[in-house]
Order: sequence, then structure tokens, then C-alpha cells
Amino acid sequence: MSDTTEVMDMRPGDSGAAAFDVERVRADFPILNETVHGRPLVFLDSAASAQKPRQVIDTVRHVYEHEYANVHRGAYHLSERATALYEGARDKVRDFLNARDRKEIIFTSNVTEAINLVAKSWGRAFLEEGDEIIISEMEHHSNIVPWQMLRDEKGLTLKIAPVSDDGVFLLDDFERLLTERTKLVAITHVSNVLGTITPAEEIVRLAHDAGAKVLFDGAQAVVHMPVDVQALDCDFYGFTGHKLYGPSGIGVLYGKAELLDAMPPFLGGGDMIRSVTFEKTTYAPLPAKFEAGTPPIVQAIGLGAAIDYVSELGLANIAAHERDLLTYATQRLASVEGLRLIGTAPDKASVASFTMESAHPHDISTVIDRAGVAIRAGHHCAEPLMARLGLVATARASFGIYNRREDADVLVEALETVREIFG
Amino acid sequence: MFDELRELYQEVILDHGRNPRNFRHPEDATCAAHGNNPMCGDTLTVYLALDDDGVIRDAALEGKGCAISVASASMMTEILKGRTADEAKRLFDSFHGMCTEDDFDMAAAEDADPDALERLGVLAGVREFPVRVKCATLAWHTMSAAMAGETEVTTE
Repeated sequence: MSDTTEVMDMRPGDSGAAAFDVERVRADFPILNETVHGRPLVFLDSAASAQKPRQVIDTVRHVYEHEYANVHRGAYHLSERATALYEGARDKVRDFLNARDRKEIIFTSNVTEAINLVAKSWGRAFLEEGDEIIISEMEHHSNIVPWQMLRDEKGLTLKIAPVSDDGVFLLDDFERLLTERTKLVAITHVSNVLGTITPAEEIVRLAHDAGAKVLFDGAQAVVHMPVDVQALDCDFYGFTGHKLYGPSGIGVLYGKAELLDAMPPFLGGGDMIRSVTFEKTTYAPLPAKFEAGTPPIVQAIGLGAAIDYVSELGLANIAAHERDLLTYATQRLASVEGLRLIGTAPDKASVASFTMESAHPHDISTVIDRAGVAIRAGHHCAEPLMARLGLVATARASFGIYNRREDADVLVEALETVREIFG
Repeated sequence: MFDELRELYQEVILDHGRNPRNFRHPEDATCAAHGNNPMCGDTLTVYLALDDDGVIRDAALEGKGCAISVASASMMTEILKGRTADEAKRLFDSFHGMCTEDDFDMAAAEDADPDALERLGVLAGVREFPVRVKCATLAWHTMSAAMAGETEVTTE
């Protein structure tokens, strides 16, 4: 298994280095050598999807070149190796989230599928007409639409927990929404538009006191800070690989074992069964019960490499680095005349949404793209939040592990060009 | 770096973007449609008042969007007035070609309306910005939907 060892040993930089060395991190990301319209790429859209370090790219290529076969099937060497790597990735995720048991880690294709799994399996089986689900005003469509579909199917009530104008989750208002009919609270852990870090511990405590389960959409959270599902005591937690510097096509649903055990399967097919006859099928135990069909094998292994990568850097170090970037970028952006920051909660991740008086976000994005700066412009799949804030769109700069203060400088300089053009 | 941007954001476009003409809801509109660009959330309503001969007496818009989509909508409402529904459709075809084809030949455009096309020429800069073509054509798609009796259109 020497090849496997080689995969495991690909780590970023010097494992002894305690301080965060952004130049060293940047050297791991080949795409940062690209130029856009003749300018060095300044990538400020990691919240949409992050770039990949060589360690992830090499792992993916290595598996395809040396260790690929279908998993959980073949009684032959390669399949055993691929299975070991795939299940090894599950162990890495378990460790990453500090889940109690590896069977609580379900691989999905993304967070959207993770949330839909809970809605279609747990929701259909355990919710009844008149039951209530609480989401918040700052949810991504992926944490709204599955619950609306379930609401319409089962006759549920969907309640919306408000946020303040500056993007703070209003805990008191949330508490007032809880009733004995509240069965689920499904809230983002970090807002993809505002960067707000929601008070997850308090949400869980209040929801559990009311007898409700809690699901967190952690897509934007796990990339910015350490997450411990046992300490949080949440019931479900979803995140996605491609925002965590890993491949796309791989997501994770964490669920407490007793809940997952009691839930019916989501998709039916191969791999999720114990035995099948035309009369009756019995299902496989966790986690296979929820992983029908050939899973995203290499994507999961790539996610494992990404987890190794960020774990080696240290999530606390990453959080400190990004906090510095956010503070710096916020100050620099505030100096741009006519610019308004959207989302200024005290507790926020390195996401800076803004609007400008003179230019629509789409025009901002087009102009600064010519300076090599990639940001997101639009409603960020959060139309209800846009409506709540009285906006149609924002421009959003999001900062990841490879960003530097200079990137904020280039952004601000490019925004001055926007002002030149649009006045 | 900025030549193409200046080409895209010409003064005429910035002016129409800031101060769209015919920005209102005409009482006597005979058809209307709502256009939506789901990628950026731009949303426009186009109102048309056609007389019995199929001539567009009035064209107006409401909505929110980027400089390109609002400017294009504003210019469209000015240009459509007095033209027939058929002329409007042909103009849309020519305009679409202008926004998407590198070798678009304005003079050779069949059934073209040289004056109108020349005015719309200021929007041809979107050719260099493929993702912005939908912004420039949103109002025209919406107009076309309105005349076809549809009420909703998205630029997917």
C-alpha cells in the first residue's frame, strides 16, 4: 500500500509551522498563476466555490491513475484499495466534525442533497400536518425550497426567523417563534451573503428546550472556523466539498446515529441494501443505507485530501488569518465613496457584500473583472434576503486562505475605476 | 484594459441607465410582460400599446437592473414607438445579431432599419462581454413575449 501512503503524506508546507504563511499557501494553488485580461488573478469568490490546492489535485489524479475501481464490491486488490481510501475519507470527515461515530457521516453530492435527504426522509416520516419548521431570513435557496416542498406536501407551517438590518440573527425573536409544534429548526451556520455567524449553541439550546431538532447548513461555516457537532449538539449538519478547497460533486450530511437509524432510506438502489427479492428488500445499516448507487468516489477521497490540507493549516489559524483580512478589507472598502457594506454583524466570517450608489453589482463585476478581480454579483441564491433588505443584488467579495491584504487593495483600486466610469 | 469598458459603457448608455426614458406604467397598454434575468435578479416590465393596425403607439418600462439592461430597455421604448409589431420583431433579430455576432454587418442586415440600428449600435460593445448579452437583450425578449401574449419570460 505504498501508493496510499504517498497520498496521505501530501501535506501543505511545513507541518511544524505554527504561524500562517499565506505565501506558502498561495504556492499550493496553481490557478493563482493565471492572468485575467492581462492582470494577475485576484480571486475573491471563494464563497461560491473555492480554488483547489495541488495536494487535492494530485490526490484526485493519483487515485485515477493508480487506485481507481468501484467501491464496496470487488474482491480484488484495486477495489479494496479504492474502498479503503473512500472509507478513509469518511473517517477524516468524522474527525473534522468531531462526530461520535463514522456511521453518522453520509456522503451526498452537495449540501443541497444533504438538506433534501433530511426533508424527504426524516421530514416525510416524522412530520405531520400542522407541525412547524423554522428557517431564517438569510437562508440560501437550498435551505428554503426543500422545506417549502415538504410544507406543501404535508401541510406544515414554515416560520421565518428575522435578522436585523445589519444582519444579526435575532435570537429573542427566534425564541418567540418556537412552540410545541416546532419540530425542526433549519438555519445557516454562516450566511453566504452577509457573513453573519449565527449563534449556533443558543439556537440548539432553545430549539431542544422546545423539543425541536436542529439542522445547520454549514456550507460557509466549515471553511472559516472549527466545527464540533458534538459540542454544538445539533441533530443534522451539512457541508460541501467544493467550498472547502475540495472537489465539486461531494457533500456531507452529519446526523445523529439514532435519528439516521430511525429514518427511512432516501434513494433506493444498489449499495444501500442488505438483500433484495421481488417481494421484499432489507436495507443496509448506516451509512450505506443513505448512499444508493456508485458514490462520488474520487470526489470523496479528494475531500479527504482537502480536509487534511485545512487541518494541517489549522482551522483556528485560518480563522485568524481571515479575520485579519476581513477587518482590513472592511476598512479599505469603507473608504470608497458611495459604497455601502451589506451585513455588518459583529460576529461574521470573511464575506464582504456591498452596493455602490452609482453602479449596479453586475456592472461593478464586469468592470473589476478587467482588473483581474473575480467577485460574485447577484442575489446569491438568497432572493428572500434581498427582498428583506430592499435590494435586488449585491456585489460580494469573499476571502479565503490564499487571499492577502493586497487583494483588498487591488479590489478597492478597481472600485475606484467603477466610480470613474459611473460617476 | 479600459478601452473595451469605455466601448461598453458609452456616455449614451450611462445616461439611459441613470435616467431611463418612458419609465412608467401606461394606462392604455394593450399588452405587457415581466422579464427576469435569474442570474443577476434584474427584473423589467415592458408595456406596449398597439393600435388596431398593429402599430406601437406607446412603449414603456418599469423595473430594476444593471446599466446595460436598463439602458437597452430605455432605448428600445424610444425606438419602438411608431413601428409595427413586425418591424419590432425584425429589429430584435438584427439587434440580437449585433450583440452576438463578431462579423455582424449592419448594412447587410435584411429588412434592417438603418436609423434604429445605428442608435442601437452603442450597445454592440456587449459582444466582448458574453455574459452581459442577456442584459442587453432582456427588454427585447420581454417585448417579444408581450406581443406573443405571454406574461413572463426569463433569460435562461
